[in-house]
Amino acid sequence: MGWFLLRRAGAALIVVALASVVVFLGVRALPGDPAVVLAGENATPKVVEAIRHQYGLDQPLPVQYVDYLKQLVTGDLGTSTQDKLPVSGILAERIPVTLELAVLAMLVAIVIGVVAGTIAAARRGRFPDYVATGFGLVGLSVPHFWLGLLAILLFAVKLRILPASGYVPLTDDPVQNLRRMILPALVLGTGFAAILMRQTRSAMLGALSADYVRTARAKGLSGARVVGVHALRNSLTTVVTVLGLQLGGLISGAVVTEQIFVIPGFGKLTVDAVLTRNYPVIQAVVLVTVVGYIVVNLLVDVAYAALNPRIRLAGAADG
Amino acid sequence: MADVLTPARLAPAATGSGRTRRMWRRFRRRPMAMTGLVLVVLFLLLAVVGPVVFGDPTRIDFGHVLGAPSLSHLLGTDDLGRDQLTRIASGARVSLEAGVLSVALAMVVGVPIGLVAGFYRKHLDSVVMRAVDVVLAFPFLVFAVGLAAILGPSLRNVVLALGISQIPAVVRITRGEVLAVREQDFVAGAIADGATDRTILTRYVLPNATNALIVQATVAIPGAIIGEATLSFLGLGVQPPTPSWGVMLTGAQQFLSQAPWLAVWPGVMIAATTLGFNLLGDGLRDVIDPRSAR
Repeated sequence: MGWFLLRRAGAALIVVALASVVVFLGVRALPGDPAVVLAGENATPKVVEAIRHQYGLDQPLPVQYVDYLKQLVTGDLGTSTQDKLPVSGILAERIPVTLELAVLAMLVAIVIGVVAGTIAAARRGRFPDYVATGFGLVGLSVPHFWLGLLAILLFAVKLRILPASGYVPLTDDPVQNLRRMILPALVLGTGFAAILMRQTRSAMLGALSADYVRTARAKGLSGARVVGVHALRNSLTTVVTVLGLQLGGLISGAVVTEQIFVIPGFGKLTVDAVLTRNYPVIQAVVLVTVVGYIVVNLLVDVAYAALNPRIRLAGAADG
Repeated sequence: MADVLTPARLAPAATGSGRTRRMWRRFRRRPMAMTGLVLVVLFLLLAVVGPVVFGDPTRIDFGHVLGAPSLSHLLGTDDLGRDQLTRIASGARVSLEAGVLSVALAMVVGVPIGLVAGFYRKHLDSVVMRAVDVVLAFPFLVFAVGLAAILGPSLRNVVLALGISQIPAVVRITRGEVLAVREQDFVAGAIADGATDRTILTRYVLPNATNALIVQATVAIPGAIIGEATLSFLGLGVQPPTPSWGVMLTGAQQFLSQAPWLAVWPGVMIAATTLGFNLLGDGLRDVIDPRSAR
């Protein structure tokens, strides 16, 4: 296990390093003078000169990259061109908002997806299976942002039971916070519920026909116990895998969901930064996303290996 | 003797018409797959013929601003008095362009890279796969958003962003197929027969990878269609007045209480199109590889 971890962490580190090069070069590949771009609109030549010097843009590229890395290591992600605040501070404010949304959405997805998938598999070929499978297919095909609009239309405009948008920090007022997070979490979670449902169903079908389940049945265990204890536990790996695979989708979905419900999280920050061409923020946002993505993927790999010893043995055999 | 053992005889022909007909017969028996095919064909018809039939999507009817669905405007009109049905038809063409062109771009670039990387292995392979890992390290939308930031918002750049972000998947799939095929006896036979690398790749390896690539395309096209709609919805893709389904939904958000119909139809179109491609893809996968049928 230790060797497996080390190998995976090493590979992740290499990818992070390469990605930082891509992000670094990306901003420098922008049309025009990066100093002008970084300074933002309406900057005087003097400010541009100052920025050029501040960012070391008068230095050769490799030197610039090393300086950039040095800044990163000290936690300096630059200054937003919009409000002149340090980008690291902005991120520290925005990321928890998105994490709350993501966690709530995943809860929605896991509850709906695993329950529906288990029921569908246990009642294969009968009415509950068709209903679950049908909803699963539709859920896969409906884009988040449309679902969000429909949810606002139904719950906020027609029924008037939930607010259409806005955000209240969890620490200010937990009840108002949740009232405003229910719709976004449902909207973001539904798509993943559909994916989880399909995967859980097929993993359960596999498990239900396995020898150990037949043994459990032969032992005289009740159907509910066989499904709940024996088969479901072996489907947990599926959940972990799907979460890992869908992480990118979750981040993308959060960007869209925050935009619709006007939630001041990481995703809205991303879109606003692009729309206002706030390059220091874009650079930081992309880098943080990539690092977070790689770290979570690493954790998923580890969890996966911990749940299923065959994975790490196979990995070791590959060399 | 050579007559019996030529590689061509041993190779499972991937494109024989008999095989195609057999697959079609299997496909036709699947109601879900057929539903998908019908939805996709309807979408293609709308995208190709629609704009011709319905005309100019920017034509303004001042008498009907935010008009509810009526006989003169079957799906209602938007805040500028533009006909929704006409705009949906034009939007279908934008979606089709984004979907097909981006996937074509990913295939044109990704397939040769995957073929070469998988066939020659060694150093080239590890360099290519590391590069693929780096692109895959960027979540799809974040990558596309970053490209939109660099290139600026437009349909062409949406196609570029979506296409580039799909290249890694295509490279991986092609490479995987190559790795599986190159160990087969008929490839060894072809090598023994003195076939050049080029012949082996184009005559034996590529045809065997086609099925997997076709299935990948049916997954990637709806992904790209949703991607285009999403980017356009966020204001980072197709720009108004070009009618993209995503752009239409952005406009609809402001008038949810006055004109809810504006928020309904573009979304229904996206969902129906995506559902169509997903069902078609599931059906094709089942027919091409019966082992995967569940």
